[in-house]
Amino acid sequence: MNPHQPFPAPVQVSNEVPSPERPDAPLLDLRDLSKHFAVGRQRLRAVDGVSFSLAEGETLGLVGESGCGKTTVGRLITRLLEPTAGQILYRGVDLAHLREREMRPYRREIQLIFQDPYSSLNPRHTVGTIVGTALRTHDIVPKGEELPRVRELLDVVGLNPEHYNRYPHEFSGGQRQRIGIARALATRPKLIVADEPVSALDVSIQAQVMNLLQDLRREFGMAFVFIAHDLGVVRHFCDRVAVMYLGRIAESGPREAIYGAPQHPYTQALLSAVPDVGVVRGTPPKVRIRLTGDVPSPADPPSGCRFRTRCWKAQDVCATIEPPLEEKSPGAGQPGTAPGQRAACHFAEPPKAAILAA
Amino acid sequence: MTVHSGDVVTTPRSDGASRGPDGPPYLAVRDLSVAFPTADGEVRAVRDLSFSLALGRTLAIVGESGSGKSVASLSIMGLHDRGSTRMSGSITLGGHEIVGMSPEELRHHRGVAASMVFQDPLTSLHPYFTVGNQIVEAYRAHHRVNKRQARERAVDMLARVGIPNPRRRLGDYPHQFSGGMRQRVMIAMALVNDPKLLIADEPTTALDVTVQAQILDLIRDLQRDFGSAVLFITHDLGVVAEIADDLLVMYGGRCMEQGPMRTILGRPLHPYTWGLLLSVPAVSGETDRLRPIPGAPPSLLAVPSGCPFHPRCAYRDRVPYDQCREVLPDLYPRTADGTRTSRCHLADPERIFTSDVLPRLS
Repeated sequence: MNPHQPFPAPVQVSNEVPSPERPDAPLLDLRDLSKHFAVGRQRLRAVDGVSFSLAEGETLGLVGESGCGKTTVGRLITRLLEPTAGQILYRGVDLAHLREREMRPYRREIQLIFQDPYSSLNPRHTVGTIVGTALRTHDIVPKGEELPRVRELLDVVGLNPEHYNRYPHEFSGGQRQRIGIARALATRPKLIVADEPVSALDVSIQAQVMNLLQDLRREFGMAFVFIAHDLGVVRHFCDRVAVMYLGRIAESGPREAIYGAPQHPYTQALLSAVPDVGVVRGTPPKVRIRLTGDVPSPADPPSGCRFRTRCWKAQDVCATIEPPLEEKSPGAGQPGTAPGQRAACHFAEPPKAAILAA
Repeated sequence: MTVHSGDVVTTPRSDGASRGPDGPPYLAVRDLSVAFPTADGEVRAVRDLSFSLALGRTLAIVGESGSGKSVASLSIMGLHDRGSTRMSGSITLGGHEIVGMSPEELRHHRGVAASMVFQDPLTSLHPYFTVGNQIVEAYRAHHRVNKRQARERAVDMLARVGIPNPRRRLGDYPHQFSGGMRQRVMIAMALVNDPKLLIADEPTTALDVTVQAQILDLIRDLQRDFGSAVLFITHDLGVVAEIADDLLVMYGGRCMEQGPMRTILGRPLHPYTWGLLLSVPAVSGETDRLRPIPGAPPSLLAVPSGCPFHPRCAYRDRVPYDQCREVLPDLYPRTADGTRTSRCHLADPERIFTSDVLPRLS
């Protein structure tokens, strides 16, 4: 892509987002967000009290294992799902229960990139139609004048602009993911929720798409909620990281703190489980924390701390009192958390031995 | 002993943790080529592949999608479509030639000589039968035992792979297990007949990292206990670093580089391996911009001339006379004992790695 590509000139827009109620509000502010699904007679607590906020242009990585609720959070933010409780404040406006028509202006500003480049593009539509539909739906360019903008967008994501007439099956996986990105960019969003955007791609292609996302972010300054299970990918892309376990945030904070001095036992276990190719080049082997058992069912989460059933530090208090997600002040030989780092653990402390190579 | 240029010769691990006795290779693949016709033309999935694997050792084959790594493993199991596949070369398993074997002989071989664990245990286990039934069936196909004895064997295997309450779980259906537990069931089923060779095709790719770590530990433990050979197919270099003794890198249906894992990942001599290492976003070290390999892997319908990697290679200009585009490089031995080979025209890959690549690996 051409790094000097100017941001496409703004055109007249009919459905503007209403001016924010609180101009000083963060771009996105989730407050105690929950989503419960009814499964038979049970209530599956997919997301159960998640709060975080995101400033303009900031990138938050949402990591965790399958079933932790990270994808559901992404679908709540984009309002593909309606939350059971809690607020989704976008520039101060609560999107949680907006009707479809009221939601539409916000859909322009909040876009989604999906994991699977094969099933997220309509096989019967040309690339021009796929990317152009976003332009048409949101009246971004006058009717009949989508094509120049579509070609511009294809160029921005590194595809040949002359290929607008081709169908998705004519592209490789990496190229398809670029089409999905072009579609998301079409509305000039302020926030992109990217749900595992590179995990279906081969390593060499994955790195290309990551670099593209990074370039776009630098150039257009949109904020990202980056959902991924690959801790290496998140580390390369995100300013801040939130680690989820069973529908809740176990630990969150600046990237350096989460990877350098994780305080929650689950974060430590997760990081220590990542196989690191660096060991063959003499990086000292790291401690291994092996979790036993499986993640409990979100229909019947453990009392108190949700991680206690697999935690080697668990005490009686963990079963009765749910630890709040908070910064820990230094004391009693503990250095405390880094600024902005929060851990939901009664016994939060940095690891005793290196979890990761320096 | 004469060393074939395409062989991985068994050597003790450099860290001294030698596994199993040095012996004749249990699995020897020699000049294997596999091709099958499709509507778009003939796919030449594997070309001139040679390697060998001794008991007690783990060989990892890495490559991206379409590199031919899975086709190679399916051929060893004789799971290719016999009607249409064109196969040449030789695969010997415990001294028996697999290529050209009759389906009956193959069936007898499968399970006892070699068995396989697939990426997705949900689609490889039958949803209508209990896991007990499936393991019992696999055992009784090769052993003259009654159902009760086979069930006892199944209980033992489930216990061995770390499934709690094995006797009770025998009556459960695959969907009643979590992803990690299901993969354990698959491994139990694969090992029920004590195969000498276990082929694991991306066995942890669908699993979460903490579960992946458990399964890798399990495979390592089982291998130590049973002394079997393991062929591990993966795209994840981190997993390779955890589990493999030897490594074979495939691209466009061909072997690009092979040898002891630690030297291949520690000092790779092929530009493709360099590209792979530079593409991986690590959990440690610098968070610089990634350096992807430009372009995309070739289609096996139309593999580029000369070196299959040349269209994406940053170093092809350093080879004179356009050789990379026109001449397929041999698998040159890179050590005196021939334990490592790489397929590249570059005269001094060692120096280029040290000066260009290593500094960027942080």
